[in-house]
Amino acid sequence: MKRSNKPIFWSLFGAGGMLAALVGPMLVLITGLLIPLGLLLPTGTMSYDRMCAFAQNAFGKAALVVVISLFLFHGCHRLYHCLHDVGVHVGPGVKAIFHGFAIAGTVTAIILVGAIGWAG
Amino acid sequence: MTQRTYVRPTAGWWRRNGHYRAYMLREASSVFVTAYALVLLVGLARLAQGRAPFEAWRAALATPWALAFHVVALGFFVCHAWTWFAVMPKTLPFIRMRGRRVPDEALVAAGACAAVAASLLLFLAVWWTRP
Repeated sequence: MKRSNKPIFWSLFGAGGMLAALVGPMLVLITGLLIPLGLLLPTGTMSYDRMCAFAQNAFGKAALVVVISLFLFHGCHRLYHCLHDVGVHVGPGVKAIFHGFAIAGTVTAIILVGAIGWAG
Repeated sequence: MTQRTYVRPTAGWWRRNGHYRAYMLREASSVFVTAYALVLLVGLARLAQGRAPFEAWRAALATPWALAFHVVALGFFVCHAWTWFAVMPKTLPFIRMRGRRVPDEALVAAGACAAVAASLLLFLAVWWTRP
Protein backbone atom coordinates (compact mmCIF):
# COMPACT_ATOMS: atom_id res chain seq x y z
CA MET A 1 0.00 0.00 0.00
CA LYS A 2 1.23 3.46 -0.87
CA ARG A 3 2.12 5.46 2.19
CA SER A 4 0.24 8.69 2.78
CA ASN A 5 2.22 11.92 2.92
CA LYS A 6 -0.31 13.34 5.37
CA PRO A 7 1.74 12.78 8.56
CA ILE A 8 4.67 14.78 7.13
CA PHE A 9 2.60 17.82 6.17
CA TRP A 10 0.46 17.63 9.29
CA SER A 11 3.62 17.57 11.44
CA LEU A 12 4.98 20.62 9.63
CA PHE A 13 1.58 22.32 10.04
CA GLY A 14 1.65 21.46 13.74
CA ALA A 15 5.24 22.59 14.24
CA GLY A 16 4.52 25.87 12.46
CA GLY A 17 1.34 26.37 14.45
CA MET A 18 3.18 25.79 17.72
CA LEU A 19 6.01 28.17 16.77
CA ALA A 20 3.51 30.81 15.58
CA ALA A 21 1.55 30.44 18.84
CA LEU A 22 4.64 30.69 21.05
CA VAL A 23 6.52 33.60 19.45
CA GLY A 24 4.42 34.74 16.45
CA PRO A 25 2.63 37.68 18.09
CA MET A 26 5.87 38.98 19.64
CA LEU A 27 7.77 38.63 16.34
CA VAL A 28 5.10 40.62 14.47
CA LEU A 29 5.09 43.23 17.26
CA ILE A 30 8.90 43.60 17.21
CA THR A 31 9.65 43.48 13.46
CA GLY A 32 6.43 45.03 12.17
CA LEU A 33 5.56 47.69 14.75
CA LEU A 34 8.06 48.44 17.54
CA ILE A 35 11.22 48.68 15.39
CA PRO A 36 9.69 50.50 12.35
CA LEU A 37 8.08 53.00 14.75
CA GLY A 38 11.09 53.19 17.07
CA LEU A 39 8.92 52.41 20.11
CA LEU A 40 10.86 50.80 23.02
CA LEU A 41 13.34 49.46 20.46
CA PRO A 42 15.36 51.86 18.24
CA THR A 43 14.82 51.64 14.46
CA GLY A 44 18.52 50.77 14.17
CA THR A 45 17.82 47.41 15.84
CA MET A 46 17.20 46.00 12.34
CA SER A 47 19.96 47.97 10.59
CA TYR A 48 21.69 46.42 7.58
CA ASP A 49 24.93 45.76 9.49
CA ARG A 50 23.18 44.15 12.46
CA MET A 51 20.92 41.98 10.32
CA CYS A 52 23.92 40.91 8.21
CA ALA A 53 25.76 39.91 11.37
CA PHE A 54 22.65 38.01 12.52
CA ALA A 55 22.33 36.16 9.20
CA GLN A 56 26.06 35.41 9.07
CA ASN A 57 26.13 32.90 11.92
CA ALA A 58 24.61 29.45 12.29
CA PHE A 59 22.01 30.45 14.91
CA GLY A 60 20.74 33.39 12.86
CA LYS A 61 20.59 31.35 9.66
CA ALA A 62 18.70 28.53 11.40
CA ALA A 63 16.27 30.94 13.10
CA LEU A 64 15.45 32.70 9.80
CA VAL A 65 14.93 29.47 7.85
CA VAL A 66 12.92 27.77 10.62
CA VAL A 67 10.56 30.73 11.17
CA ILE A 68 9.96 31.41 7.46
CA SER A 69 9.64 27.73 6.54
CA LEU A 70 7.38 26.57 9.38
CA PHE A 71 5.11 29.65 9.15
CA LEU A 72 4.73 28.93 5.42
CA PHE A 73 3.98 25.22 5.96
CA HIS A 74 1.46 26.08 8.66
CA GLY A 75 -0.20 28.87 6.69
CA CYS A 76 -0.35 27.07 3.35
CA HIS A 77 -1.76 23.87 4.87
CA ARG A 78 -4.52 25.80 6.61
CA LEU A 79 -5.21 27.96 3.55
CA TYR A 80 -5.69 24.82 1.50
CA HIS A 81 -8.31 23.54 3.96
CA CYS A 82 -9.96 26.98 3.97
CA LEU A 83 -10.69 26.53 0.27
CA HIS A 84 -12.97 23.61 1.12
CA ASP A 85 -14.66 25.63 3.86
CA VAL A 86 -15.57 28.46 1.49
CA GLY A 87 -16.99 26.00 -1.05
CA VAL A 88 -14.06 25.63 -3.44
CA HIS A 89 -13.59 21.88 -3.85
CA VAL A 90 -10.22 21.12 -5.32
CA GLY A 91 -8.22 17.97 -5.83
CA PRO A 92 -4.75 16.75 -4.87
CA GLY A 93 -3.17 18.88 -7.61
CA VAL A 94 -4.06 22.13 -5.88
CA LYS A 95 -2.99 20.64 -2.54
CA ALA A 96 0.40 19.93 -4.11
CA ILE A 97 0.58 23.56 -5.26
CA PHE A 98 -0.02 24.83 -1.69
CA HIS A 99 2.54 22.47 -0.17
CA GLY A 100 4.86 23.13 -3.11
CA PHE A 101 4.64 26.85 -2.39
CA ALA A 102 5.84 26.24 1.19
CA ILE A 103 8.62 23.97 -0.08
CA ALA A 104 9.68 26.60 -2.65
CA GLY A 105 9.74 29.27 0.10
CA THR A 106 11.87 27.01 2.30
CA VAL A 107 14.33 26.29 -0.52
CA THR A 108 14.51 30.03 -1.34
CA ALA A 109 15.21 30.89 2.32
CA ILE A 110 17.98 28.24 2.50
CA ILE A 111 19.57 29.55 -0.73
CA LEU A 112 19.39 33.14 0.57
CA VAL A 113 20.99 32.44 3.97
CA GLY A 114 23.64 30.51 2.02
CA ALA A 115 24.22 33.47 -0.32
CA ILE A 116 24.66 35.84 2.65
CA GLY A 117 27.73 33.83 3.69
CA TRP A 118 29.54 33.54 7.01
CA ALA A 119 31.15 36.11 9.30
CA GLY A 120 34.90 36.63 9.19
CA MET B 1 -20.93 13.95 -20.87
CA THR B 2 -20.74 15.51 -17.44
CA GLN B 3 -23.08 14.38 -14.71
CA ARG B 4 -25.06 17.21 -13.21
CA THR B 5 -25.36 16.39 -9.54
CA TYR B 6 -27.05 18.47 -6.90
CA VAL B 7 -24.57 20.40 -4.74
CA ARG B 8 -26.00 21.68 -1.49
CA PRO B 9 -25.47 25.45 -1.43
CA THR B 10 -23.06 26.36 1.36
CA ALA B 11 -22.31 30.00 0.57
CA GLY B 12 -22.13 32.09 3.71
CA TRP B 13 -22.62 29.14 6.10
CA TRP B 14 -20.18 30.63 8.62
CA ARG B 15 -22.47 33.61 9.16
CA ARG B 16 -25.07 31.35 10.75
CA ASN B 17 -23.72 31.33 14.28
CA GLY B 18 -20.95 32.57 16.53
CA HIS B 19 -19.08 29.26 16.66
CA TYR B 20 -18.83 29.14 12.86
CA ARG B 21 -17.68 32.76 12.75
CA ALA B 22 -15.00 32.09 15.39
CA TYR B 23 -13.87 29.05 13.42
CA MET B 24 -13.53 31.07 10.21
CA LEU B 25 -11.70 33.85 12.08
CA ARG B 26 -9.20 31.26 13.35
CA GLU B 27 -8.74 29.75 9.88
CA ALA B 28 -8.33 33.26 8.41
CA SER B 29 -5.23 33.67 10.57
CA SER B 30 -3.44 31.43 8.04
CA VAL B 31 -3.64 34.26 5.49
CA PHE B 32 -1.66 36.49 7.85
CA VAL B 33 0.78 33.79 8.99
CA THR B 34 1.59 33.11 5.32
CA ALA B 35 1.78 36.83 4.46
CA TYR B 36 4.08 37.56 7.42
CA ALA B 37 6.40 34.69 6.40
CA LEU B 38 6.54 36.25 2.91
CA VAL B 39 7.33 39.70 4.40
CA LEU B 40 10.28 38.10 6.21
CA LEU B 41 11.33 36.15 3.11
CA VAL B 42 11.36 39.35 1.03
CA GLY B 43 13.41 41.04 3.79
CA LEU B 44 15.89 38.16 3.69
CA ALA B 45 16.13 38.45 -0.12
CA ARG B 46 16.73 42.22 0.18
CA LEU B 47 19.38 41.56 2.83
CA ALA B 48 21.18 39.18 0.46
CA GLN B 49 20.97 41.80 -2.33
CA GLY B 50 22.83 44.44 -0.35
CA ARG B 51 22.56 47.60 1.72
CA ALA B 52 20.37 49.79 -0.53
CA PRO B 53 17.67 47.15 -1.24
CA PHE B 54 17.54 46.25 2.47
CA GLU B 55 17.18 49.91 3.49
CA ALA B 56 14.33 50.22 0.96
CA TRP B 57 12.62 47.18 2.57
CA ARG B 58 13.02 48.74 6.03
CA ALA B 59 11.58 52.03 4.78
CA ALA B 60 8.63 50.11 3.30
CA LEU B 61 7.96 48.57 6.75
CA ALA B 62 7.47 52.07 8.19
CA THR B 63 4.77 53.07 5.67
CA PRO B 64 1.17 53.36 6.94
CA TRP B 65 0.02 50.37 4.85
CA ALA B 66 2.75 48.13 6.24
CA LEU B 67 2.04 49.27 9.80
CA ALA B 68 -1.71 48.70 9.31
CA PHE B 69 -0.99 45.23 7.94
CA HIS B 70 1.13 44.39 11.00
CA VAL B 71 -1.53 45.69 13.41
CA VAL B 72 -4.12 43.39 11.80
CA ALA B 73 -1.59 40.54 11.57
CA LEU B 74 -0.82 40.95 15.28
CA GLY B 75 -4.52 40.55 16.06
CA PHE B 76 -4.75 37.38 13.97
CA PHE B 77 -1.53 35.96 15.47
CA VAL B 78 -2.94 36.47 18.98
CA CYS B 79 -6.21 34.82 17.84
CA HIS B 80 -4.18 31.94 16.39
CA ALA B 81 -2.11 31.56 19.57
CA TRP B 82 -5.14 31.57 21.86
CA THR B 83 -7.14 29.08 19.78
CA TRP B 84 -4.03 26.91 19.29
CA PHE B 85 -3.66 26.41 23.04
CA ALA B 86 -7.42 26.15 23.58
CA VAL B 87 -7.64 23.07 21.30
CA MET B 88 -4.41 21.53 22.65
CA PRO B 89 -6.27 19.12 24.98
CA LYS B 90 -7.95 17.71 21.84
CA THR B 91 -4.89 17.64 19.59
CA LEU B 92 -2.43 16.12 22.08
CA PRO B 93 -2.53 12.54 23.34
CA PHE B 94 -3.53 12.19 27.01
CA ILE B 95 -0.67 13.21 29.28
CA ARG B 96 -0.41 11.45 32.62
CA MET B 97 1.35 12.74 35.71
CA ARG B 98 1.51 10.69 38.92
CA GLY B 99 -1.00 8.26 37.46
CA ARG B 100 -3.60 10.95 36.76
CA ARG B 101 -4.59 12.53 33.47
CA VAL B 102 -3.50 16.15 33.29
CA PRO B 103 -6.77 18.15 33.23
CA ASP B 104 -7.62 20.13 30.07
CA GLU B 105 -7.54 23.49 31.85
CA ALA B 106 -4.00 22.83 33.14
CA LEU B 107 -2.85 21.98 29.61
CA VAL B 108 -4.34 25.17 28.14
CA ALA B 109 -2.86 27.24 30.98
CA ALA B 110 0.56 25.61 30.50
CA GLY B 111 0.47 26.40 26.79
CA ALA B 112 -0.53 30.02 27.38
CA CYS B 113 2.18 30.41 30.06
CA ALA B 114 4.79 28.93 27.71
CA ALA B 115 3.79 31.45 25.02
CA VAL B 116 4.02 34.37 27.46
CA ALA B 117 7.42 33.15 28.72
CA ALA B 118 8.77 32.58 25.18
CA SER B 119 7.53 36.00 24.05
CA LEU B 120 9.10 37.74 27.07
CA LEU B 121 12.40 35.92 26.47
CA LEU B 122 12.36 36.93 22.81
CA PHE B 123 11.62 40.56 23.67
CA LEU B 124 14.32 40.68 26.35
CA ALA B 125 16.87 39.08 23.99
CA VAL B 126 16.21 41.86 21.43
CA TRP B 127 16.07 44.51 24.19
CA TRP B 128 19.41 43.55 25.75
CA THR B 129 21.21 43.48 22.40
CA ARG B 130 19.65 46.71 21.05
CA PRO B 131 22.12 49.30 19.67
